[in-house]
Amino acid sequence: MSSFSYFPHTEEDIQQMLDRIGVSSLEDLYCDVPQEYIFKGEFDLPEALSEQEIREYFESLAAKNTKLKVFVGQGAYDHYVPAVIPAITSRSEFLTAYTPYQCEISQGTLRYIFEWQSLICKLTGLDCSNASMYDGATAAAEAVRMCVASTRKRNTVVVSARLLPNVIEVIQTYAKYSGVNIVVSEDVVEDIAEGTLDLAGVIVPSINRYGIIENHTGLADLVHNLGGIMVMYCDPSALTVVKSPAEWGADVAVGDGQSLGIPLCYGGPYVGFMACRSEYMRKLPGRIVGQTKDAEGKRSYVLTLQAREQHIRREKATSNICSNQSLMALWCTVYLSLMGPEGMKRVNTLCYERSHYLYNELLATGKFEAVYEGEFIKEFVLKPLCDVAKLQQALLDGGYFAALQTEEGYVTFCATEKHSVQEIDRLVKIIKEL
Amino acid sequence: MKYYDKLIFELSKPGRTAFSLPKAQGTLPKSGNIWRETPTELPEVSELDVVRHYTNLSQMNFGVDSGFYPLGSCTMKYNPKINEEIAALPAFAALHPLQPETTVEGVKEVYDQLDKTLAAITGMKKFTFLPCAGAHGELTGLMLIREYHMSRGDHARTKVIVPDSAHGTNPASAAVCGLNIVVVKSQENGLVDVESLKPLLGPDVAGIMLTNPNTLGLFEKDIKQIAELVHECGGLLYYDGANMNPLLGVVRPGDMGFDVMHLNLHKTFSTPHGGGGPGVGPVGVGERLVPFVDKCKVSGFNGNFGVMLKAYTYILSLGKENIKLAGKLSTLNANYIKECLKDCYKLPIDTVCKHEFVFDGLLEDNGVTTLDVAKRLLDYGYHAPTIYFPLLFHQAIMIEPTETESKETLDGFIEVMRTIAQEAKTDPEMLHSAPHNTPVGRPDETTAARQPILKYTQQ
Repeated sequence: MSSFSYFPHTEEDIQQMLDRIGVSSLEDLYCDVPQEYIFKGEFDLPEALSEQEIREYFESLAAKNTKLKVFVGQGAYDHYVPAVIPAITSRSEFLTAYTPYQCEISQGTLRYIFEWQSLICKLTGLDCSNASMYDGATAAAEAVRMCVASTRKRNTVVVSARLLPNVIEVIQTYAKYSGVNIVVSEDVVEDIAEGTLDLAGVIVPSINRYGIIENHTGLADLVHNLGGIMVMYCDPSALTVVKSPAEWGADVAVGDGQSLGIPLCYGGPYVGFMACRSEYMRKLPGRIVGQTKDAEGKRSYVLTLQAREQHIRREKATSNICSNQSLMALWCTVYLSLMGPEGMKRVNTLCYERSHYLYNELLATGKFEAVYEGEFIKEFVLKPLCDVAKLQQALLDGGYFAALQTEEGYVTFCATEKHSVQEIDRLVKIIKEL
Repeated sequence: MKYYDKLIFELSKPGRTAFSLPKAQGTLPKSGNIWRETPTELPEVSELDVVRHYTNLSQMNFGVDSGFYPLGSCTMKYNPKINEEIAALPAFAALHPLQPETTVEGVKEVYDQLDKTLAAITGMKKFTFLPCAGAHGELTGLMLIREYHMSRGDHARTKVIVPDSAHGTNPASAAVCGLNIVVVKSQENGLVDVESLKPLLGPDVAGIMLTNPNTLGLFEKDIKQIAELVHECGGLLYYDGANMNPLLGVVRPGDMGFDVMHLNLHKTFSTPHGGGGPGVGPVGVGERLVPFVDKCKVSGFNGNFGVMLKAYTYILSLGKENIKLAGKLSTLNANYIKECLKDCYKLPIDTVCKHEFVFDGLLEDNGVTTLDVAKRLLDYGYHAPTIYFPLLFHQAIMIEPTETESKETLDGFIEVMRTIAQEAKTDPEMLHSAPHNTPVGRPDETTAARQPILKYTQQ
């Protein structure tokens, strides 16, 4: 028969099984398919490769990528990944399980999701969290839906123009088809203050696309007085040191868990998170895990509040999300468990030191001008006084991905705990020599 | 499996640490009303605490590597180990999503080859890889359908037809996409009723979403007529790829007249489910939708690239030789189980199935429900099938074995299912209270929903 290692069937097995079914060939099992649809040609695919050949092939592909030190953030941050995490997340009991529908043999998955929900609540200061979303951008798009679904006859969500551009783009994509009116705003307070919009909510960043920690004093009161919902887009790593969504008075918090030690991996898999105040609990999209007891009184965990979800409510569900990014939620949960309060303070302090060192060294080259005055933790923009294309090429040639250009013509940099002072000096030297 | 009752928070002791980072020189500033006032109560534990805690948690979990996982519509096939190794290669894992194209030639080749090979397998023309899961793919595909109609000035097409047997994500995705859902009934034989479909078609139809084979595991024989009717009225056909596995290497959705489809790389293409994700739900389009395929930015960066590497590795392992057997063996396995059990379990539609089939409870139930059967299976070391779905039958048990399971594994499962049918006759009480050998018994789900506890609070 086949000598393919993923198919266990011998010739004899197949014959016995066909006999038991009462048909004479595998093809007979497709007697209900119109013959014209049976694919009779040869598939335009490569011949099967052995494991060794696969390894060689991917090594040759890998060699076509340029190895670079990453000094750009913009929603994907190069943080250190502790060795414990992959050791845990690669355990097959976690990796090869499905969504925990059979709770009695899924207590491992259910418990880490419960821990993830608890950690997201601690970071955001809010009351409840779901089991995860695809990424930060889709979590923001779902938050827009939540704003509209939670406010009567209101259909406008004001989105800060200082959110990451890709997040705004995904929000706009979702809204275009669901019919929500999105207003991208340079000044959210000014644009809503008149009260002329049918305001369902606002989305503002905790730390904006220029890396600046925003001050949202008074915004929550204003939004609430207008009957809207305040959503905050956050970097969860920085949330351990910057004012939390709850402290700003936000009702909903969303963001991407990538900064909690998930490798860059060309953009995914990452994990979105979403938390809210308890009054919006039943409007949350996706899976939620709750604590309960079994008949013997043993603490146990189950998927709960399922009356919100697509498999029960179909077109009336709060969202269509089914699969999420569970394993990546485990990734972040293990990360936060390892880091603890002191580790997170250390990460942010190192980011602050390294990025400020880089900022000052770059300004000292005379090739940039400062743009914003606010505080930043790891990411910032500068106005280039030199040819950006040349600058970027020189950095690439030196082995660095840095100085990504923004829409406004600024260049962004990012430094984390992974970037040593020596490494920063090497990068700055390249720029000095331009 | 042994019961382990801790949460990571309960292991915490002030002063313990599990991180290893360079020393910092200074401290963060405090001024400016932008810094956090309340401390984040993260666990304070040692590294070994973390490792043991999550190892203990993992031991209360059942995966494909643990045993047979016949969960219908989920395609729990073996997740090859080489896939994981390839996805973890630093030359891919360390790449930033916004790096210039010239620095990611190897990545581009993965996207191009995956696009090309999936097109060959499905008969579609072009794929987008931004969707992160099946439902996300459905939403994206429907957006493309809307783009197509809008580009023709055809703004009245706001209706999408969904069979009553469809996955819940179909109507939910259509609703998120701003479309109105119209349900078309199934006939007695479980297939879409063409006569019921006809009056629903008209100038307001954006399209129809079909799963073929459908959620009963039955091939929609009238697909040719359905495709013609829908196309005649100006609508498009969406193929829900959740049930693509039996067609893998046998039938291509593109050849059946579908205009757009999604695949679940975490089902058909062997990437692990990870306890509920991450997956990839790439959307493939036929000729008509090619101009729109990259129009919808539905995720933040480039999709779940790490998962795509695993699926591409699988395709290379499969190759043009082995792919021809993949779907067929999954169909063989399903039909074999069905035939061996239909004298104990009620088979409402007795015909050849594809990769999965649905029983409607026990033939002689003696008060024993599908839930009881499912829970008893856990005691015997099997994952339960999908239960109470599709909604067409009250006691639905949906069984999907996949092609990676051997005859011996199936025989073991069949024997246990027969034993449970016997137990139903002799000791129904024991089944009502099953499972008996798992870390926890049936949890109280009612209280969980009525008085939700969704996070840890220190006692």
